[in-house]
Amino acid sequence: MFREDSSRYKKFSRRAMILAGGQVALFGLLAGRMYQLQVLESRRYKMLADENRINIRLLPPPRGRILDRFGVPLATNRENFRVLLIAERTRDVDQTLDALGRLIPIADHERRRILKTIKKRRDFVPVTVQENLDWKKVSSIEVNAPDLPGVVIDVGQSREYPLGPDSSHLLGYVAPVSEKDKARDRSGDPLLELPGFRIGKSGIEKQHERRLRGKAGNSQLEVNALGRVIRELSRQEGQPGDDVMLTIDLGIQNLAIEKLRDKKSAAAVVMDVHTGGVIALASVPGYDPNAFNVGLTRKQWRQISRDPLAPLTNKAVSGLYAPGSTFKMIVAMAALEQGVVLPDHKVFCRGHVELGNARFHCWKKHGHGWMDLNAALQQSCDTYFYEIAKRVGIDKISEMGIRFGLGEATGIDLPSERGGLMPTAAWKKKRMGVPWQKGETLVAGIGQGFVLTTPLQLAVMTSRIASGKLVKPHLVRGIVSGGVSQILEHEDPTPLDISDEIRTLVMDGMNSVSNTEQGTAYRARIAEPGFELAGKTGTAQVKRISKHERETRVLKNKERPSKDRDHALFVAYAPVKNPRYAISVVVEHGGGGSKVAAPIARDILHETLKRDPSGYRKRDGVAGEKEKGRKA
Amino acid sequence: MRIGSADRGPMTIGQKLWQVSWSLVLFLIILTGIGCAMLYSAGDASWDPWARRQLIRFGIGLCLMIVVAVTDIRRWLRHAYTLYFLVLGLLVAVEMKGVIGMGAQRWIDLGVVQLQPSEIMKITLVLALARFFHGASLEEIGRPTFLIIPLLLVAAPVVLVLRQPDLGTAIMLIMTAGVIFFLAGVRAWKFGLVFGAILAAMPLAWTLLHGYQKKRILTFLNPESDPLGAGYHILQSKIALGSGGVFGKGYLSGTQAHLNFLPEKQTDFIFTMLAEEFGMVGGLILLGIYAIVLIYGFAISLRVHNQFGRLVTLGITGTFFFYVFINIAMVMGLVPVVGVPLPLVSYGGTAMLSLMIGFGFIICAYIHRDVRVGRHGNGGDD
Repeated sequence: MFREDSSRYKKFSRRAMILAGGQVALFGLLAGRMYQLQVLESRRYKMLADENRINIRLLPPPRGRILDRFGVPLATNRENFRVLLIAERTRDVDQTLDALGRLIPIADHERRRILKTIKKRRDFVPVTVQENLDWKKVSSIEVNAPDLPGVVIDVGQSREYPLGPDSSHLLGYVAPVSEKDKARDRSGDPLLELPGFRIGKSGIEKQHERRLRGKAGNSQLEVNALGRVIRELSRQEGQPGDDVMLTIDLGIQNLAIEKLRDKKSAAAVVMDVHTGGVIALASVPGYDPNAFNVGLTRKQWRQISRDPLAPLTNKAVSGLYAPGSTFKMIVAMAALEQGVVLPDHKVFCRGHVELGNARFHCWKKHGHGWMDLNAALQQSCDTYFYEIAKRVGIDKISEMGIRFGLGEATGIDLPSERGGLMPTAAWKKKRMGVPWQKGETLVAGIGQGFVLTTPLQLAVMTSRIASGKLVKPHLVRGIVSGGVSQILEHEDPTPLDISDEIRTLVMDGMNSVSNTEQGTAYRARIAEPGFELAGKTGTAQVKRISKHERETRVLKNKERPSKDRDHALFVAYAPVKNPRYAISVVVEHGGGGSKVAAPIARDILHETLKRDPSGYRKRDGVAGEKEKGRKA
Repeated sequence: MRIGSADRGPMTIGQKLWQVSWSLVLFLIILTGIGCAMLYSAGDASWDPWARRQLIRFGIGLCLMIVVAVTDIRRWLRHAYTLYFLVLGLLVAVEMKGVIGMGAQRWIDLGVVQLQPSEIMKITLVLALARFFHGASLEEIGRPTFLIIPLLLVAAPVVLVLRQPDLGTAIMLIMTAGVIFFLAGVRAWKFGLVFGAILAAMPLAWTLLHGYQKKRILTFLNPESDPLGAGYHILQSKIALGSGGVFGKGYLSGTQAHLNFLPEKQTDFIFTMLAEEFGMVGGLILLGIYAIVLIYGFAISLRVHNQFGRLVTLGITGTFFFYVFINIAMVMGLVPVVGVPLPLVSYGGTAMLSLMIGFGFIICAYIHRDVRVGRHGNGGDD
C-alpha cells in the first residue's frame, strides 16, 4: 500500500505542478487583460464613463427686449410661473392633484394628460401641471405648500407685448420652433432643439432674431444610470440677447393706432425725412401676439386667418394700393425733368380728355379751366396730369417712381415687405403679351391702373421729395448689448439724383394743397405757425365708374357698399420750411383722401412736430426759423 | 507557512489549534477585509446593507472553519459519502419546492437561513470524489469501467443544478471534478476524449439552453451589438474597469459604480468596482493575494501524506481558483456572464460559508498531514 501510495504521490505531484502551471498562465491572462483595458484602452473608456455620467443641459438666454427710440419697452420678458408635480415626492399623486385642484382648477382632460405623463416618465421627473399662473394662484399654492407634497413652483420666462395687438405688425410674435424653421436656420444653434424654445415668427422679432436670441449657456450635470441629477459639475452662463432699440416713438405710434382704430382697415407711416428712421408704423386691424406665444386653438387660428380684414397682414409694408393722386408729384417731376412741360405751361380742363374713342374724366365734372403745375397739384386736376403723362410716357414716369422709392421693396428691416409695381411698356408686353396702350399711360398719370405702391413707399417718396436725399427706411436705431448702447442711425444719406428746382416746384404745389384756400387739403392744414404741413391728397378708385353712372349721377362714397368705396390716401411732410417729418396714410375704402385721410395725417404729424422725436428743434433752433442751408 | 513537527499519536485540541496555518487564515482575513471595504463603498459609504452582514458571516464562517479543521480527517473520510448524499438530497428538495430567487430556483428555506445547496455541493463533491480515489490504485483507475461510479457522482448534482438552472455552478462542479480526476491519475487521453465529446455535443446543448443563457453567450461574443440590452452589463463593466486606469478614481469615487451604471456591484461585479476605484494596481494586488492563497493550497497538498487529504486540498484549491478566474474573466469580458461570485469579496452568505468550510478542510488536511488514513477512514497501514 505504501509503495502504491508513493507512486500515486509522484503522479499527484507531477500533475499538481501541471495544474499550478495552468493556473499561473490563466492568472497571467487576467493580468494581461487588465493591462489592455486599464492602460492601453483606458482613454477610450474614460471618455465613455464621462459620456455616461455627464449630461449637458442648455440654459436658454433671456431674449433681448425691443425698445422704442426713448427706451420704452415694447416687448419684454415676463416671469412665467408654472406648477410642477414631482411624483416621487408625493404620498399619493391623485390625492395631491385633488388638493391642488381646489386651489387652481384642473380640467379633467388636463388631469388625464398629467397622470399619463407621470406614468411614462421616471418618478423624479417634474411634470408641468399648469403654466402662466398669476400671482394670486402662486401665493395660494405657496401658502398651502405643507399640504401639497411634491408640488413645486418654477419660474421660466415668457415673452410679453404690453401693447398687445397695437404692436403686432411691427414687432411680430414668438412661437415654438417648427421643423421648417429648423431647416431654414442653418446656424445649427442647439437652442432650436430645446423643447419649448420660442423664436421670432414675424416682424422685428423675426427680422432681428439672431440679435435678440443671444447665446445658450450650458450646465454640465452629473447624472446616475436612471438619469437623476446628482450635482452640477460646471456651469457656463450664456449671453443674453441684445436689446433692439427702434426708431419708433411709442407716443406717436400709439396716436397713429388710435387715429386709425375706428377705420376698419388702414395703415400709416411716419418717417424722419433725413434719416429714414420710421417713427410710427401702424396697421389695423392687428392680432394679439400674446395669444400666439401661448398657442392658438385651431378655431382661433381659422378665425384670424380667414378674416377679410386680414389682421395678419402688415398693411404698411405689405398692403398694395393704387397711389391715386399722391402719384401726381412723380408724374410732374418726370415731365419737368424731360422738359415736356414748363412750370408755367397751362392746360385747359373741360372735365375730361378724349383719346381716340375713349374719354378720361377729371374728378371735377365741369372742369377746372386753365391750370398750371401749381394749380393742378393744388386742386388735383386730373386733366392736367392726363396731358403731361401722355407727353412724357409711361417709362419715364415709372423710372421717376422707382427713383423716389416706389414699386420696389424699400429694404426696410421687416420680413414680408412687398414691392408693388411701376409698370413699363416692356413689362406689360412681357407679362401680358400685349402692347402698352396710350390710355393706360393716362390712367397711370393719376396713379391708377397698374401702378401699385405700399403706404411705406409713399412715405419714402414724400421723404425723398422733402429732403432731396436717397433716404432709406429703417426701424433699428441702436443696439443695447450688455448694458452698452450703440446708436446706428445717422443723418447723411447720399443726395438724390433730381434737380432742386424741380423738387422745389413740386413742394410748392404740395404747400398750395394744404395752405391755400383752393387746396384740396386746406381744411386739414396745421395753422400753428412754424408747424405748417405740405401734402397731397389721393382718392384711389376701387370700382370703375360706368358710363351710365357718369350720365346720371356718380354715387357718393357714403352711398356705396363699403367694399366699393374708394381708398383714401394722404401724404405730407412738415414743417413746410425745413421739413423733418413725412407721413403717409391709407384708409381702405375710406372714401375721399381730403376728407378721411388728410385729417388723420394732420393730427399725427402735428403731434410728431410737437413731440419732435428726432430732436431737430433743439439742435436747429426754433422750427423753420433757421434753414441751415437746406432747401425747403 | 508554519510547519509543525510530525508527531505520531493522537493530537489534543490544543495541539491541533497550534497546528492551524494561521498565516493562511490571516490572508483570508485580508481578503474579507478588502471585500468589506468594497461593500462599504458599494453601500455608498455605509456599513449597511452589505458590509456589516458580510463581516458577521465571516465570523461564523471562521468558527465553522476551525471546527472543520480540528476534526479528525478520518472522520471526514468516513462521512464523505453521507455528506454528499445529504446535500444531494437538499438539491432534490430545492428541485421539488424551491423558493424562486433571481429567476432561478437555488435556495432552500431552513427557517432561519436560506440555504443554497449547490454551493455546499462544491465541497461535498470534492470530499466524495477524494474518498473514492483515496481507495483506488493506479491500475484500478486505469480501467475505464472503474470511472463509472465517480462520473455518476459528478453527473447527479450537475444535472440537478442545471435544472435550477444554474449554468455557472454546473460548470464549476464539472471543472472541480475534472481537477480531482486529473490529480488522481486518470489518463490524459481520456480527458481529450471527454473534451472532444463535449465539443461534439455542443450543438445539442445549445438547443437545451435557456433563452437568457443563449443570449448571454451571444452577448459575450459581441457585447457592443446591444449596448442598452443584454450587452449593457458587460459593456458598463469594461467602461468602469478601463476608466479606472492605472491608479483608479479613488476610494468611494468610482463614478460607474456610485451612479449605478455598474450592475450587481456588490456581488458579481465587485471586482470591477475595486478596479475602478483602485485601478490596475488595486486589481493586481488583489490578484496577488489570491495567488498567495493558491500557493498555500499547493504547498499544503504536497506535504500531506495521505491521498484523501491531498485530493481534498487541491480539489478545494481548484474550486477556489475557478471562482477567482471565472469571476474576474467574466467582468473583463473574457468569458460569458455566468453568476460566479468573487470568493470572500462578493456579498453572499452561502458562498462565504462554503468557502470557509472548504478552507477548513484544507487546514484539516494540513493538521493531519502525517496521520495514516486507511481505505475506509480507519487508522493503520492497510
